[in-house]
Amino acid sequence: MQQLLTTALTGLTLGMVYAAFALALVLIWRSTRIINFAQAPMAMVTTYVALVLIDAGLSYWIAFAAALLAGLVLGAAVERIVIRPVEGATHINAVILTLGLFIVLNAAAAVVFGSQYRSFPAPFGLRGFQVGEVNVALTGFGIFTIVSVLVVMGLLVALFRLTDLGLKMRASAFNGEVARLLGVRVSGMLTLGWALAALVGSLSGLLIAGGSLVHPAYMDSVVVFGFVAAVLGGLDSPVGAVIGGLLLGVSLSVVSGYVGSELVALSALLILMLVLLLKPGGLFSHAAERRV
Amino acid sequence: MSRWTRTLVQVTGAVTVGAMVAACGAGGREGGGDETEASAVGITEDTVTVGAHFPLTGVAAPGYSEIPTGARAYFDYVNAQGGVNGRKIEYVVKDDAYNPTNTSQVTNELVLKDEIFAMVGGLGTPTHSAVVDFLNDEGVPDLFVSSGSRQWGDDVAAKPVTFGWQPDYEIEGKIVGQYVAEHMPDAKVGLFLQDDDLGVESEKGVRQFLDDQIVAVERYTSGNTDVAPQIAGLQAKGADIVLGFNTPAYTALSQLVSMKLNYRPDWYYSSIGSDPGLVGGLLSKFSEGAVEGSSALEGIMTSEYIPGVDDPNDPWIQLWQKVWDEHGEQGELTNYRAYGMSHAYSFVQALAAAGENPTRESIVEALEQIDSSAEGPQLAPFRYTADSHLGISGIQIVEITGSGMEELTPVLVTDIGDAPIEEDASGQGDDTPPEGGVPGAS
Amino acid sequence: MTKLWSNTLLRHVLLALVGLAVVILVLESTSAFRNAQLTTMAYLAIAAGGLTVLTGLNGQLSLGHGAFMAIGAYTAALFYQGAEPALPVVGVLAVAILVAILVGAVVGVAAARLHGPYIAGATLALAIAVPGIALFFDGRLGGEQGLNVRVPDAPGWFADLLYFVTAHDVTTSKYIAYIGWLALIPTFVLLANLSRSRVGRTWRAVRDDEVAAEIAGIHLGRARVLAFVVSAACAGLAGAVMAMAVRITAPSGFTLVLSLTLLTAVVLGGLGSLSGALIGATLLTFLPQFVTGLGADLGLSDLQAAELAPLVYGLTMILVILLAPAGIVGSARGWQRRRRERPAKAAASAA
Repeated sequence: MQQLLTTALTGLTLGMVYAAFALALVLIWRSTRIINFAQAPMAMVTTYVALVLIDAGLSYWIAFAAALLAGLVLGAAVERIVIRPVEGATHINAVILTLGLFIVLNAAAAVVFGSQYRSFPAPFGLRGFQVGEVNVALTGFGIFTIVSVLVVMGLLVALFRLTDLGLKMRASAFNGEVARLLGVRVSGMLTLGWALAALVGSLSGLLIAGGSLVHPAYMDSVVVFGFVAAVLGGLDSPVGAVIGGLLLGVSLSVVSGYVGSELVALSALLILMLVLLLKPGGLFSHAAERRV
Repeated sequence: MSRWTRTLVQVTGAVTVGAMVAACGAGGREGGGDETEASAVGITEDTVTVGAHFPLTGVAAPGYSEIPTGARAYFDYVNAQGGVNGRKIEYVVKDDAYNPTNTSQVTNELVLKDEIFAMVGGLGTPTHSAVVDFLNDEGVPDLFVSSGSRQWGDDVAAKPVTFGWQPDYEIEGKIVGQYVAEHMPDAKVGLFLQDDDLGVESEKGVRQFLDDQIVAVERYTSGNTDVAPQIAGLQAKGADIVLGFNTPAYTALSQLVSMKLNYRPDWYYSSIGSDPGLVGGLLSKFSEGAVEGSSALEGIMTSEYIPGVDDPNDPWIQLWQKVWDEHGEQGELTNYRAYGMSHAYSFVQALAAAGENPTRESIVEALEQIDSSAEGPQLAPFRYTADSHLGISGIQIVEITGSGMEELTPVLVTDIGDAPIEEDASGQGDDTPPEGGVPGAS
Repeated sequence: MTKLWSNTLLRHVLLALVGLAVVILVLESTSAFRNAQLTTMAYLAIAAGGLTVLTGLNGQLSLGHGAFMAIGAYTAALFYQGAEPALPVVGVLAVAILVAILVGAVVGVAAARLHGPYIAGATLALAIAVPGIALFFDGRLGGEQGLNVRVPDAPGWFADLLYFVTAHDVTTSKYIAYIGWLALIPTFVLLANLSRSRVGRTWRAVRDDEVAAEIAGIHLGRARVLAFVVSAACAGLAGAVMAMAVRITAPSGFTLVLSLTLLTAVVLGGLGSLSGALIGATLLTFLPQFVTGLGADLGLSDLQAAELAPLVYGLTMILVILLAPAGIVGSARGWQRRRRERPAKAAASAA
């Protein structure tokens, strides 16, 4: 019972982080039809920005805000400079580009920040609490994780559904030509899409780092899990991304707790293959798959 | 015509690539052939080149990456006093990130490109296992491996040039096991082990005394920083005391996760993972200072086999402090740097004993015949003979307190297998450094 | 003479023989350390060759070839646990290839239904999943510590043959280097032949226009799976050679970085080009040392200088995709073609 509870709670917290990352991937996919494999090192870089500020003595929250801001800027910069030339070209080029970016950011971070494993603080405490005899493995930081992801999601939903800007962004993603004819600055919207996605990605980077060891490669496996979560939910659906993330987080936690943590990556792969072969659009989408 | 051109380009390309690469290697010696001067590799009139692999990056870097800085400071100190028999020591360190594949590659470089005389202090059980056969095949003395696996010294026939240095995990496990069996006979014991020979050998030693008290054994894979399943497992089986044989980062991680799960057993961490300064620093950072440094580790037991920086009056620590002040880089003297200096000291001792014109063979012989009562920082004597290349023979169990370490036992010595555990009577732990801090031929 | 060149197989075999001569020349005149580096170049080139065929000719982007190398490596390592291996080197390599083919077929069938980013993501997941399997079955496969590989000494007949040809003795590192290159040459001949044959044309057709290919009677699934299997076999062979060269197979040797490194080699050289794969492998083997040395000269610490190499080739990869997507060899060929076409164009416009 205890183990089940612990496993479920760990899965929930982790799932929220994967949901955030998946959300970032989905945002970029919707706007530019590219899977940004470099999202992981981008989040890592912004986390290092926060770490530098924390080491300099600033409070966690200032560093937090700085990291999110850095994410906005980085996302916009990457879209403008690197991705813009290949938008609309063959898929392979764009994927290879993001992978090149993956390598560059990893290496650059190691050169600039060093490859040491550094510890990263977590606000709100790392102690779980007890209800009677049962240990509830939910720390203050875990609650913060869940709440912050939900808040960010809520804000994004509000942006997309309720504001003009959101409408323009959705229009640009849906049909760029028509949107342009209607006076929408499509290229600006795409940049904004990447910037927002990178902001969400930075959030997930900070949440994973809290109370854990940070090093240039620490986000590398998250890109795979985030991708699986996004595919699970449907690459076109933000809600799907979140649900996919939660489902994936809990499933992987169960595997880790009951079978062995070595097989977590394999389980993620199997889940991915199952989804792609049975319902390629994901749980929440209507895209058609390719018949071979 | 165009096909000609293209094929011509391809052939030229291949030849150019080949010539370019060959040009890089021009002047290299012939592959293979006789090795008349092999045993004098790495030694010249006035230098001796040694090298080692260390995790300067990666999950095992916290703490361990400081070891070579200590060794380097001591070698610089010795060089400043004229070196050993007129030869200065050149020290080449390469990073393997605690990754056995990298260890193989950097060792290749050290032996074939840098042409070291000997490897001194190569670190890591999983990592060094990858290269020990290669070093023995090439006849490169493999001295003082920074790891407590018994394989560095228990089979001299198979590994004639490899020597251990620190107490092996099996004897540490035995001594700790006996201590727990005597002082906590009713406690349920859990084990937290690295999933490789480090864990296997420690478990073997512990089980000699605690076999019926062990209720849970959890293993972690180095590199995977999620240890929640393991700690949850220990908690589920109700372990009252957990014996951890792991690297320092995992001490911090296990403490952190235990906090999260509200799990408060007694803890023992092996000497390789328990430096309070380092672990305390990591923990303090994690919790934004909420968990204050070494207070997090108070009450935790560990073992010692060389003097630690918590005892600044120890004559060896005073020597190391002097060496660090004169030749060290920035930062303080830590236990890891003291470890580095200690085994550098042992190397200088061995080199001096190898004679005026040391060769790879002569240094191995010198170590096998070394006078185990010669002064050195170790608390218990070495076990080097022609039949065993195992290092320090014992440890002292201590408890971490707010102000340092409290000794729980005297220095206890034993050997692998069934050898009994006895109090050390050799007085090794009481000796002082030689004049000038450099050992002469012993 | 032109007739000789126009026969594909003959041309490739002749090139292979020239290549063999160059290999012998180089291996015999360089140090043991260079030999080890050349072995690295050989197995990277084998894996890159397979990947360039898959990605360049067939359009399937696989990020998981590190996993197939792991499969080949572990298979080979299992043979070299004791003192006397059950099979000679050729046999071990063959078994490694076979196992890689089997797994490649399974993965290929699944991958054939995917495209673009999906296959990239799925193979990425494969790349991190396979090392985990080795960790799980740590009894048999050595766990995190991995399996040590005791490479056998060169057999008597090989040493004699080498002495006869070159008057030099054989050392272990040279022997492994020979194994690597003697595996590379026939592999490249095979890949080159496939590339020029009907099979290769089928692959290109599937890459360029699925609908048209299907209409022309090509079975898309079979073509894709075949391409995948061939490239997986190459990766498996590369992994087996790597196991012998590095003398250990451990999960830490098959990280994501390895798969991405292979992709870099292929992109830099030019997708679809075998000479490009060779150039890419050369760069990956020799550039890091050069760049690290440069970094140390510029004042970076050792660790920072070591990271400069991936930074450089990551940047190069990005620049190549943005500016010269056909890679080194592809761009060279394109430039050559434009030069040839210029007089023709001039004639056409003058006419």
